[in-house]
Amino acid sequence: MAMKDVPDNIFMTTLDAAASWARANSLWPMPFATACCGIELMATASSRFDLARFGAEVMRFSPRQCDLMIVAGRVAMKMLPVLQRIWLQMPEPKWCISMGACACTGGVFDTYAVVQGIDRFIPVDMYIPGCPPRPEQLMAGIIALQDKIKHGGTLNGTEFARRDHSTGPVPFDKDELIRIREANEQLISLN
Amino acid sequence: MSTEDVLKSKFLDDTLTFSQFRDNRRVVVPAAKLQAIFQCLKSDLGFDMLSEVTAVDYLEYEGATDRFGVVYVFINVATGERLVLKTFVNDPKPTLPSAYSLWKSADWLEREVFDMFGITFTGHPDLRRILTPDEFTANPLRKDYPLKGRGERHNFPVVTRAES
Repeated sequence: MAMKDVPDNIFMTTLDAAASWARANSLWPMPFATACCGIELMATASSRFDLARFGAEVMRFSPRQCDLMIVAGRVAMKMLPVLQRIWLQMPEPKWCISMGACACTGGVFDTYAVVQGIDRFIPVDMYIPGCPPRPEQLMAGIIALQDKIKHGGTLNGTEFARRDHSTGPVPFDKDELIRIREANEQLISLN
Repeated sequence: MSTEDVLKSKFLDDTLTFSQFRDNRRVVVPAAKLQAIFQCLKSDLGFDMLSEVTAVDYLEYEGATDRFGVVYVFINVATGERLVLKTFVNDPKPTLPSAYSLWKSADWLEREVFDMFGITFTGHPDLRRILTPDEFTANPLRKDYPLKGRGERHNFPVVTRAES
């Protein structure tokens, strides 16, 4: 193709790169805020930290309008089916940020009622450490996710098809199985 | 006549144990007489509000003779008087009469005790779990239930990125 006829204000790029550039700069978050991380998430969206600078200020409370789920806070056993359902309702392409120690690992809540890391049951793209993370950390996480989208994104989302297994630890690790067996043995000896 | 005197005169044959710490006045009553005592508290003594129902599991507790202690807190709204009432129930099938017919607030309070301790309340109109999911089978606040559960928190399908 003759390049000399192309005017100065026309750029040549791949469709993948153009789509990823657009997607990365207009993330619409779904705030799944269940605990104190949600307060930091709200602070990040408000004027002092201003998430709008990164194109991610449009918090939508309908999952059908969102493409970024921010799970901020601990997820209780009773809440996980809701979380999975909301995730499945979000249209493609979509990403998930696990914000804070509780969403990533269960944090200090190592009890029967709290899921030990959402990555065991839904896919997670970015983990943000902290208890709770400061708004700067959340923004750093969003910038890192934008970078990931810009460098790995494709127009039709083929990069997601390869992720066909859970990113988290397997639901039962060996220690957990031993603990459950011990608990049951203790129960039998008591009765 | 004080609450203590009224209860003593009404239930002469029963062992009611009264105690007091500062303004916290308590009475321990036998479970068999609970319904009659409820009626007396409501109609004769004017305790028109049931503010709390909770339970304690005394499994492996030093010196304890009964498995569960169930604690009720009553308030007389007119005088501001409070009374803490306690009774004991045991395995198997710990059962108490429901306070729902006298105090409507017993509805959710008794459901919570039922959910967490497995104590059933006869006469409750809608006794089902209130905090844990419907399919949950254990009673988490019993002392023989492990803190980390029996694997309930891991019992979910995995949604992967390729299929969602």
